[in-house]
Amino acid sequence: MSAREIMYRDALREALDHEMSVNPAVFIIGEGIAERGGSYKVTEGLLDKYGPQRVRDTPISEASMIGAGVGAAIAGARPITEILYIDFAMLGMDQIVNQAAKFRLMTGDRGSVPFVMRTQGGAGGAVAAQHSQSLEALFYHIPGLRVVMPSTPYDAKGLLTHSLRQDHPVMFLEHKHLYMTKGMVPENDYEIEFGQAEVMTEGEDVTIVAWSHMLLKAMEAAETLTAENVGVEVINLRTLSPLDTDTIMASVAKTNRVVIAQEAVRRGGVASDIASYIQEEEFYSLDAPIEIVAGLNIPIPFNLSLEKASVPQAQDIVAAAKRTLEHA
Amino acid sequence: MGGELMARKKNSIDTEVLKKIYRTVSRIRHFEEQGIKLYRQGLIKGYFHPYLGQEGIAAGVCAGLLPGDNIASTHRGHGHCIAHGAEVKGMVAELLGRRDGYCKGYGGSMHIADIQNGNLGANGIVGAGSPLGVGAALASQIIGDGKVTVTFSTDGGTNNGTFLESLNMAAIWNLPFVLVVENNQYAVSTPISEATRDTELYKRGEAIGVESHRVDGNDPIEVYEVTSRAIEKCRKGEGPIMIEAVTYRHAGHHVNDPGAYMPEDRLEYYKGIDPIIRGRKALKDMAGLSDTEIDAIDQEVYDEYEEALEFAKASGEVTAEEFHEFAMGY
Ligand SMILES: Cc1ncc(C[n+]2csc(CCOP(=O)(O)OP(=O)(O)O)c2C)c(N)n1
Ligand SMILES: [Mg+2]
Repeated sequence: MSAREIMYRDALREALDHEMSVNPAVFIIGEGIAERGGSYKVTEGLLDKYGPQRVRDTPISEASMIGAGVGAAIAGARPITEILYIDFAMLGMDQIVNQAAKFRLMTGDRGSVPFVMRTQGGAGGAVAAQHSQSLEALFYHIPGLRVVMPSTPYDAKGLLTHSLRQDHPVMFLEHKHLYMTKGMVPENDYEIEFGQAEVMTEGEDVTIVAWSHMLLKAMEAAETLTAENVGVEVINLRTLSPLDTDTIMASVAKTNRVVIAQEAVRRGGVASDIASYIQEEEFYSLDAPIEIVAGLNIPIPFNLSLEKASVPQAQDIVAAAKRTLEHA
Repeated sequence: MGGELMARKKNSIDTEVLKKIYRTVSRIRHFEEQGIKLYRQGLIKGYFHPYLGQEGIAAGVCAGLLPGDNIASTHRGHGHCIAHGAEVKGMVAELLGRRDGYCKGYGGSMHIADIQNGNLGANGIVGAGSPLGVGAALASQIIGDGKVTVTFSTDGGTNNGTFLESLNMAAIWNLPFVLVVENNQYAVSTPISEATRDTELYKRGEAIGVESHRVDGNDPIEVYEVTSRAIEKCRKGEGPIMIEAVTYRHAGHHVNDPGAYMPEDRLEYYKGIDPIIRGRKALKDMAGLSDTEIDAIDQEVYDEYEEALEFAKASGEVTAEEFHEFAMGY
């Protein structure tokens, strides 16, 4: 079967559709996901195809929507809970952190939680402080969770398919700016295993590590840098937990310079953790300090210019890469 | 609130069921009494919330469940685990932190789970079992496995937001879900009357259109009669149902809480309607058993525990190497 160009949201829908068609234990609950097809049209058409048992609208009860997903997973189903905004997942943190992530250990590895929470984050055009956050670090911090952050339509489909075929609780974090982006996606089903980063561009001079929407800005930065004869290696992490440190280290060992770019606020972020691994494993390969490009340590403001100023842009990544090149 | 609990006429119940219920009450009672001794000897560490005085609820509810039905439990969860079919030896081993425990010593008293029998686990978070139980019931409805899920919750749990959220979700979806609220009238030292204005908690279910009942939680037979009917209704697709079971602890919140805030006359009253007393009376009145025959049931329970304790003490611990390997892939 052949690949064709489709949108990220269509790629997600194809994964859901296929898994629902082959596995009757897969179901989806969320706010406005049935008749309405979800705010980003990811679940459009699934109600008609799979019926109201397996595609259900919920009341506005985030803690219990997430908890019901966790409970259903424990009891043998393959639930997906869609949470409108990652900001709202905060209401369900007990069920994510204390229940889903702990269950396997607490049961002495006798229980598992094949639960997928799909949600989306990121600054997205004046939706202000409570609808714009990048909160992956909260989940990344919790042992037991898989944190998945697809950047491309191809990754979206393959990672979601894999999420629905493995047995750990998955925080599947989409980005509101990615739903309408396009890319080549095979028609057939396929899986992308967790912990397998993709090297998007190969280069000798500097490595840029990114995930989610920031990957697009990293690619834009790479284009600028390439035009100035800088060899850039862009790494698309795909998943944060597990983290593919092998691919990062191999690249750093080759380029000796690295920029880590995240949309989330700098403090306590995933980028800092990646930097700590790099200094531990590849300290002597480094020719320049590790650069982190991250959001400001402040909530996202409403005003669009200020919103833009609060999250990193492609030129910030370019500037950081150039700073690393100033070192011999 | 206190003595004015609803009296119900008992229908005839099969002798084997009555025996099973009494045996469960006795097993839980003995497990808790012996467990407290082990705790005092320093063999059990951490938190231990005894179910003493409340045994009639787990025993009565679980007697109406089928093997494989799911339950979600609370921090006071030993009784639910026993009542839903767990073996005492794996439970003692778990409380001692040993590798032959139900959770290999990774869970302990507060997280004991018996997945194989459908006990999805005790829970250290008050109120968390409600959404988990709703999810299990949802899974059953979608997969069509015919199971009913019971969540055991608490008076304290009814003041967590998940109580209303979950019961409401179960209601809009007609889930095979029974929410049993064990109202022992305290959340640690805070009496229910200080935690809510109307202490008749079953009314909260009614308020959102859920069939709800209040039963005498110290009477295992009444608990069984009401919940087994509820469970059967749920199995037919007429759920969910909420049941408030009123009871009282025989001791403080956990082993190291003297429970000084519990008035002596109230405690005496509830000890006078202890589920052991009620269970024995039911076996005599309804099944014609003699004291000797009932004592023989107790003796079997003691023997079972004796063996379980030996088994648990002989069990080793998960090694650091095994633990590290587990952590690598976690
Ligand atoms: C969410 C949460 N808040 C607080 C606690 C601490 N805590 C443990 S048990 C308990 C009281 C519980 O009372 P209740 O829910 O009525 O159950 P009971 O102990 O009476 O069985 C509290 C406050 C907790 N475990 N979880
Ligand atoms: Mg209580």
